[in-house]
Amino acid sequence: MTTEEKIKQWCPQAGTETAGETVVHVPADRLEDVCRRLHDDAEEPMDYLRDLVGVDQGEGCLSTYYQLESSRTGSRVMLRADAVEREGRAMLPSVSGLWKTAEIKEREAYDFLGILFTGNPDMRRLFLREDWNGYPLRKDYDMDSNPLDMGNEENADVTEEFRLMPDGTLERRENVVFNPDDFVVNIGPQHPSTHGALRLRTSLDGETVKKIDPVLGYIHRGIEKLSESLTYPQTLAFTDRLDYLSAHQNRHALCMCIERAAGIEISERAQYIRTIMDELQRVASHLLFYSCLVMDMGALTPFFYGFREREMILDIFEETTGGRLIQNYNMIGGVQADIHPDFVRKVKAFTKHMREIIHEYHEIFTDSVIARTRLKGVGKLSREEAISLGATGGTGRATGWSNDVRKRHPYALYDKVDFKEIIYTHGDSWDRYMVRMDEILESCHIIDQLIDNIPAGEFRVKVKPVLKLPEGVFTASVESSRGEFGVFLMSRGDKSPWRLHFRSTGLPLVHTMDTVCRNGKIADLIAIGGTLDFVIPDIDR
Amino acid sequence: MEVKNHKLATTKDMRPEEFKNNDYLLRMAEELNRDGAGIVLSTVDDVINWGRSNSVWSLALGTSCCAIEFMALGAARYDMARFGFEVTRNSPRQADLLMVLGTITYRMAPLMKRLYDQMAEPKYVIAVGGCTISGGPFRKGYHVVDGIDKIIPVDVYIPGCPPRPEAFFYGMMQLQRKIKMERFLGGRNRKEKPEDGETKREEKA
Repeated sequence: MTTEEKIKQWCPQAGTETAGETVVHVPADRLEDVCRRLHDDAEEPMDYLRDLVGVDQGEGCLSTYYQLESSRTGSRVMLRADAVEREGRAMLPSVSGLWKTAEIKEREAYDFLGILFTGNPDMRRLFLREDWNGYPLRKDYDMDSNPLDMGNEENADVTEEFRLMPDGTLERRENVVFNPDDFVVNIGPQHPSTHGALRLRTSLDGETVKKIDPVLGYIHRGIEKLSESLTYPQTLAFTDRLDYLSAHQNRHALCMCIERAAGIEISERAQYIRTIMDELQRVASHLLFYSCLVMDMGALTPFFYGFREREMILDIFEETTGGRLIQNYNMIGGVQADIHPDFVRKVKAFTKHMREIIHEYHEIFTDSVIARTRLKGVGKLSREEAISLGATGGTGRATGWSNDVRKRHPYALYDKVDFKEIIYTHGDSWDRYMVRMDEILESCHIIDQLIDNIPAGEFRVKVKPVLKLPEGVFTASVESSRGEFGVFLMSRGDKSPWRLHFRSTGLPLVHTMDTVCRNGKIADLIAIGGTLDFVIPDIDR
Repeated sequence: MEVKNHKLATTKDMRPEEFKNNDYLLRMAEELNRDGAGIVLSTVDDVINWGRSNSVWSLALGTSCCAIEFMALGAARYDMARFGFEVTRNSPRQADLLMVLGTITYRMAPLMKRLYDQMAEPKYVIAVGGCTISGGPFRKGYHVVDGIDKIIPVDVYIPGCPPRPEAFFYGMMQLQRKIKMERFLGGRNRKEKPEDGETKREEKA
């Protein structure tokens, strides 16, 4: 029995939409029950909430799409629920009791669309100021309604929670984030070790962390709203600027999603180039991860090591794409330009060099007693917690959760190459670090299998400059340098998307900070943040 | 008699003809020459400015992509230590220069202003990348400041998305040239309104 049939059995009112991808439409009052059954299913527990996307359907209808995956079998299902209007506000029941990651994702949907999730303990705004007017992703939002406010921002120490009583009334209660007698230290947004404009309000007991409340939005640029007024090829430019250390992979995901929707088949040569570029990008990102982590922990020399090899990759990128950090290389239908004549030679020289030199990295840092004592056994995350929090990528694989999209849902050429998924089991900072160091070599291994066999042919198929996609919902996901990066695209048959949403890899990771750091020492907080490896512009979008 | 003419800063490794954007510095020189400065003071000025311009400590306000290129500047290949920029401070109290690296959003803008206000004079600002200059690709967004010069004064703009390391150096050397021309002691204490300066010169004539 397929998952859709199961849902139909539990809830006969459920409808199915098959425009684009299959979406099961569940009435709001049955949502909680269906989700619970899916989550607790014996054969195929849908225990990983990949993403939760709020959409304004127009004509006052707000809905939420839930993308679920089973960590056991890897099968996926997408649910849709329309919000119900009560006391003048759009409402849906919260699923944060089943998937912890929903806590923060529902906050995002509330912030963007004003959907109130009853039962979510924290209904504060996420990215925008607490005194912001209106909900920017609603179609009737006035773009000029919130001018720049240079006044200081007050952060509330309590959150709002709404509960739906059995008689249909709404009860409002307050949950305390920080008590007046809590000792709250403010870390960020201007802090050298938060890797960008991230702010963590941290309450301490002595030097033990009691609670972390991440405050986001300091680099929220409103990319999803901006995309709605651009044509499909124009939206591509934003993906490079989300997680700029996964620029190739992010763009790969959006191109793949649009190609799927438009039914464009790309050439084998372009697939090869894309896969090689993705892996080079991953190595570059992990080298930067290494450099930043050791800098956060007070060592400087390894920083120069990491950047030395990273510059070699940037040179390769620059020759072919013209960009060092942001390449704008993938296009709908292939890649922007053919590879440089020196590309193959330089990539082969690089992978050989990387293999020969990585022992230097381990000698100076991995083998050092300081690194071992500061990372081993620190910041533990269990496999169940990682799945519930949706902490994908190296963070999840360090806990033993096999979540690599390249293995589970192969795209491009990943089903044709032979590679290992790096899994560690302790879930501590050390394992998170080792996953990434091992992945550098594994990526070199993938590149070596492809680099000699790049087939001749077109690097790009001709695509109309103004593209109209068929109506429906389309998704794509790739394994970016730091987790699963997803694209949710909703088309109404127009030349620009009705709704374009990106699954941020970093948002679940920064949400993980509270679970991982709690009851640890404040001195470990920065090292843990370094090993979780989030990029802030990707979180805030 | 006791007036020393201000010229474009010329040193062995920074000749004006090697730079493209001299007009703005020439205007600055003209303004400075209007009042003149004592020979002794201006010589001391030159020494102080030599020191100041070769040890510009920056506060890196890195919000997004440009900050990563700035890190590449610190690594061995580009090595900004050659120019005396290698000390990046994380406290505004210890910095001479605010490097704004990356988009500034509405939520960040008051904080950027506060960091600027916390810095001690003399202070400079470099706007790096399209986003800080004009809002870049996010200009039409509901949450992006379209140009940080609407909030704080900017000395040098470095365009690019992100700029290449060479562009960073060019921009930062422009700032060095500006610092070299300033009067640290001389001009500041007897600052006159431009209109007064005009009448005085006329009287002399």
